[in-house]
Amino acid sequence: MSTATAEHHDHDDHHGPAKGWTRWLYTTNHKDIGTLYLLFSLVMFFIGGGMALIIRAELFQPGLQMVDPLFFNSMTTMHALVMIFGVVMPAFVGLANWMIPMMIGGPDMALPRLNNWSFWIMPFAFLLLLSTLFMEGGGPAGGWTLYAPLSLQGGDNLAFVIFAIHFMGISSVMGSINIVATIFNMRAPGMTLMKMPLFVWTWLITAYLLIAVIPVLAGAVTMLLTDRYFGTSFFSAAGGGDPVMFQHIFWFFGHPEVYILILPAFGIISSIIPTFARKPLFGYASMVYATASIAFLSFIVWAHHMFTVGMPLAGEMFFMFATMMISVPTGVKVFNWIATMWRGSMTFETPMLFAIGFLVMFTIGGLSGLMLAITPADIQYHDTYFVVAHFHYVLVPGAIYSIMAATYYWMPKWTGNMYDEKWGKIHFWVSTVFLNVLFFPMHFVGLAGMPRRIPDYSMQFADWNAVATIGAFGFGFSQLIFVYVVLKCMKGGEKATTEVWEGADGLEWTVPSPAPYHTFETPPPIR
Amino acid sequence: MLFVLRWLGVVSAALAGQNAFAALGDVNMTVGVTPISQEVYGLHMLIFWICCVIGALVFAVMFYSIFKHRKSKGAKAADFHESTMVEIVWTAVPLIILVAMAIPAARTLIAMEDTSNADVTVKVTGYQWKWHYEYLDSGVSFFSSLDAEHAAARQVGSGVDVSQFEHYLKEVDNPLVLPVGKKVRFLHTASDVIHSWWVPDLAVKKDAIPGFINENWALIEQEGVYRGKCAELCGRDHGFMPIVVNAVSEEEFDAWIAERAPVETMADAGAQTVAATTEDDDADREWALEELMARGEPVYAAACAACHQANGQGVPGAFPAIAGSAVVTGPVDAHIKTVYVGVAGSAMGSFANQLNDVDMAAVLTYQRNAFGNTVGDTIQPAAIKALR
Ligand code: HEM
Ligand SMILES: [Cu+2]
Ligand SMILES: [Cu+2]
Repeated sequence: MSTATAEHHDHDDHHGPAKGWTRWLYTTNHKDIGTLYLLFSLVMFFIGGGMALIIRAELFQPGLQMVDPLFFNSMTTMHALVMIFGVVMPAFVGLANWMIPMMIGGPDMALPRLNNWSFWIMPFAFLLLLSTLFMEGGGPAGGWTLYAPLSLQGGDNLAFVIFAIHFMGISSVMGSINIVATIFNMRAPGMTLMKMPLFVWTWLITAYLLIAVIPVLAGAVTMLLTDRYFGTSFFSAAGGGDPVMFQHIFWFFGHPEVYILILPAFGIISSIIPTFARKPLFGYASMVYATASIAFLSFIVWAHHMFTVGMPLAGEMFFMFATMMISVPTGVKVFNWIATMWRGSMTFETPMLFAIGFLVMFTIGGLSGLMLAITPADIQYHDTYFVVAHFHYVLVPGAIYSIMAATYYWMPKWTGNMYDEKWGKIHFWVSTVFLNVLFFPMHFVGLAGMPRRIPDYSMQFADWNAVATIGAFGFGFSQLIFVYVVLKCMKGGEKATTEVWEGADGLEWTVPSPAPYHTFETPPPIR
Repeated sequence: MLFVLRWLGVVSAALAGQNAFAALGDVNMTVGVTPISQEVYGLHMLIFWICCVIGALVFAVMFYSIFKHRKSKGAKAADFHESTMVEIVWTAVPLIILVAMAIPAARTLIAMEDTSNADVTVKVTGYQWKWHYEYLDSGVSFFSSLDAEHAAARQVGSGVDVSQFEHYLKEVDNPLVLPVGKKVRFLHTASDVIHSWWVPDLAVKKDAIPGFINENWALIEQEGVYRGKCAELCGRDHGFMPIVVNAVSEEEFDAWIAERAPVETMADAGAQTVAATTEDDDADREWALEELMARGEPVYAAACAACHQANGQGVPGAFPAIAGSAVVTGPVDAHIKTVYVGVAGSAMGSFANQLNDVDMAAVLTYQRNAFGNTVGDTIQPAAIKALR
């Protein structure tokens, strides 16, 4: 026994990745799994983006030019499900896999086999989901919110969608458990909680949000399943059920979910801005507290998605005030980032450009969120393109930009090569111009009265919709630049130094570039 | 092409110093025509300007910093961080602004919810995909759906240039008529899935939920035509169930009601029609096959084609075909039950309240003998009447 261990010990310590494609199937290495998640997310980004372009192509002009309204509805439904569950969430998990062990000075994730499993469930979940598009009757067409009773109509795609959601949920919960276990058990000695980088903090809180609300979603969709196939009437008024209850349960998941989609972004931005401002984050502790208060508040604001369902006055008041409160900690974050930039010594490499893009446009989305919180006004805004503009401003230049910023920021560490700075900057500027051409006009048509989720509209909305569609195609195709830059960087390029960035601070910048297959097998000393 | 021309117009207007937005059409919320809609508009503009000021301040500081504090300009990084005082200030100041904002918002909200002392009550029921209106005080009731010309123009590949319609997709066959200067109470409900009745000029948007009744109200101050849409995704034709409100003087309204009321009181419960209603509605006589077929065709187009399609082929997987259907070509009773009662757990709702005896018999007969179905029998209006 002891000889065997001794023999293997040497080998274990220094082995690199296994050879061949099975490396990716069997891997339990946090870096490999991180890469898998990120590539998966990139592929899904183009699938979800293709759906968005179908939507925008139909909306280019009034009149129905190409698709049946039912197919249009399944495009809006699938686009949202793919972008939320297939792009933003896996990308954040991928970044967590890569960075959290390196940031806290741990050798790997705490539960490596679970990690492998969490990833490998995902492709099957999405095969199930996407396969519905090829079924008789097409994919789910009741909106990503799956409101009963509408979602109960239609073909058997519902069962597939629900099982896909269950699989994604299992994957997310396992991933979250892993992240929590890693953060609590794998930190290098001396890495106290209040020394952890904010990305680790925000992910810790996100992981708890996920563990808390994914089961709620699972419950809601399971009730849909039994209503549809086993004769229950949870959501059918005719059987004594309550369709509004579905919405309450859904949004009890749904609102924390939108913060799941943004808290890790806050962490990323909090890493990048200090690096390129060459100045420490202004208020580390208050950033942690703000994140925690956002997470807490996110559980008590859900019905702001339901101001028109007919709640008691007291309920509407409560949810209005609570929702307004959420802008306070959100504001604290924005102010802290700006104070970090203030009197720094800034340079504007691509990650910083994306971080500043995030800061500006996320703030726009946050401000329109504040407008939506005003209940009487929300009654006019609700279910219009104004809401579509709001959540795209927080999600695209918010969540997606943070993921791109993170990719540019850490890619030299992952690959050992610098990415192409010129094309990175071009990617940023082209994306940013088109993105605003795409989403800003949605505020206008929404205020002017255009409902969301419609395949055809009145003449008065024609101009701005045409503009938005031009922006959509421009934005969509400019993402090919991103793919080009990423592939080029994976292939080669100028060698990256250990520190990569002049102002970089943190343990990940103390290991060589590319980061060796195993890092921090002996814990690093913590200052 | 048209679009390019319009934009050239916009640019030239801007160059000529005119208000470019005027050329772009609506970019803002309507002020509307009720006291509430005006209050809502006021709140919207107030919070909008607050957001603009906050945004301007934040971005001014940020961009100042971006331009001044850059390394290329020789800026040296300071090392200040953590200040409890600063954190308290930028938590407290927004909080104060929010409280200031919450007070007028709460006041308007309370007014919006006060549906007491209404002069007129209208029950609004959402159907896939049309609205049903019922004046509870006088019993007048009717369905209101997308205008037939628009409905034809909006089909994929219709070849119709929709820009010829001034109010494309916002025109209905039977508008809702309401008096000005009266408090109108709306009761919202739905028969199948959730809809949402929204007229921006009235600042009224309320979900219509099957099994629930929601309340809302409006006091229209100005005569005119106000248009809206269903705002809650309700299936395939969600985009095609508009709302048109015709606000008229009290006298005109009374006259309009008086003209309709007697007809409706004669009819049995729910005996209206989605097709033309002036025809012979004698349910007791024997109807010939040709008569029922002729009558059934327009009823089919209005009531069934949205799902089962004009050619009776349905949408595979979503809506079954009528052509060759086992139910349609099978025993009469099952066919009648499908349409009269509906099919639980599906998009097929009950048509008992949507079609009168003759229309239902006609459309059933039509289905049995069209699209290549050749059952050859008739279903008589009397058979439907017997069910009521
Ligand atoms: C200042 C913070 C925010 C406030 C006060 C706020 C407020 C709101 C409100 C009131 C709505 C409902 C609008 C309606 O349907 O009528 C809404 C919708 C939405 N928000 Fe936010 N929001 C904020 C930030 C965010 C963030 C950070 C995200 C995500 C990253 C987000 C994502 C969404 C999404 C996805 C929806 C629409 C969901 C749907 O109906 O499909 N929001 N927001
Ligand atoms: Cu929310
Ligand atoms: Cu509807």
